[in-house]
Amino acid sequence: MLSITELAQPETIEEAYRILTARPSNVVLGGGAFLRLGSRKVGTAIDLSRLNLAEIEEQDEYIKIGAMATFRTLETSPVLNSCFSGILPKAVGNVVGVQFRNIVTAGATIFTKYGFSDFITALLVLDTKVELHAGGLIPLGVFLDSPRQKDILLRLWIKKEPRQAAYQSLRNSAGDLPILNVAASRLGTEWVIVAGARPLRAKVAVQAAAQLSSADVSLETIRCAADVAAAELSFGTNARGSAQYRQAMCRVLVKRAVTEVLQCKSM
Amino acid sequence: MQINVMINNKQVSLQVEPGEFLAETLRKHGLLSVRRGCDTSNCGLCTVWIEGKPTLSCAVLAFRVDGKKITTIEGVAKEAGEFAEFLVAEGAEQCGFCSPGFIMTVLAMKRELPNPTEAEIVHYLIGNLCRCSGYLGQLRAVKKFLGVGLI
Repeated sequence: MLSITELAQPETIEEAYRILTARPSNVVLGGGAFLRLGSRKVGTAIDLSRLNLAEIEEQDEYIKIGAMATFRTLETSPVLNSCFSGILPKAVGNVVGVQFRNIVTAGATIFTKYGFSDFITALLVLDTKVELHAGGLIPLGVFLDSPRQKDILLRLWIKKEPRQAAYQSLRNSAGDLPILNVAASRLGTEWVIVAGARPLRAKVAVQAAAQLSSADVSLETIRCAADVAAAELSFGTNARGSAQYRQAMCRVLVKRAVTEVLQCKSM
Repeated sequence: MQINVMINNKQVSLQVEPGEFLAETLRKHGLLSVRRGCDTSNCGLCTVWIEGKPTLSCAVLAFRVDGKKITTIEGVAKEAGEFAEFLVAEGAEQCGFCSPGFIMTVLAMKRELPNPTEAEIVHYLIGNLCRCSGYLGQLRAVKKFLGVGLI
């Protein structure tokens, strides 16, 4: 059962960070969608709602997504729907229901590094950086591989570029968590392929992308890249699917995602 | 702590605990249409509007709605009643336990999506689970209510 001793709604990020680091049991609240599922004893729960972090901002070189932007905001954002073949709205649009997506926040999903995340998989095929209050601006992949530290995620920075992208997922039913998800993107001849919900956290299929980037793309090279991706990534078993099933379906989803990218129009 | 909220167009002050969720707060306030279902953010039974947006009240800490406008089905009773007649006509009301949350989502969709397609309706309503109806009756009722055609 969740237990919260105190609440704080700081007016500045410095104040929020000071409270966060004051005691080990102090935590930053995300959207709170999964709060009930834990049995955590929280000292001070820090709400970032007053820090103006809920916006999506389009600048010359980057799109910046505030940590408190909800999935529904991402899903309905005209900016995100017009960039990267609309991969981000498509990826988050399958997460449970609209009432849930009005709660879940971009920042909490990334900071928690959920293995089942649709959002992380899609972000990893884009040039994404994470802006942390103490840790500064670092690539999303580096952040995901780093040990968790007390910090506050402020924004996601996505580089604006004419990258075409596609997202695929496999679910037992609409709105359920994914059994497996895959995203692919292409910038010129450079490809990026990512698989997530393995059920481990999303990971880049480096060899598969390199193979696709170095050859003329054809049905045969797509099939080879899909085989390489399924071989180079590791898969696990949970209630939603076995490792063997996920590995087999990884080939299918990679083929679909790459094929879909080839059909995308430029930004 | 004390929060000040506008519930169904009435300004009220409520005492809430730090770890208290909005669904409990609203039920304590007498709004028993706000059902407790899965408590795991999946079923949609507890759907209310926060600033007009359909939201799972079982997953929102009550203190976070301080200063905001909350709407439950009691606040849109007339329109909810009109839609309920369509549900009844299609045999889709069944046990009725999920109906308040479902209706709140349908009415939010009506405001948000002009002239939705069947696929858009299904996608919008995916977060409302019903164990009785099988959904087809509900879908017929929604389409007739919105005037967007028949199955």
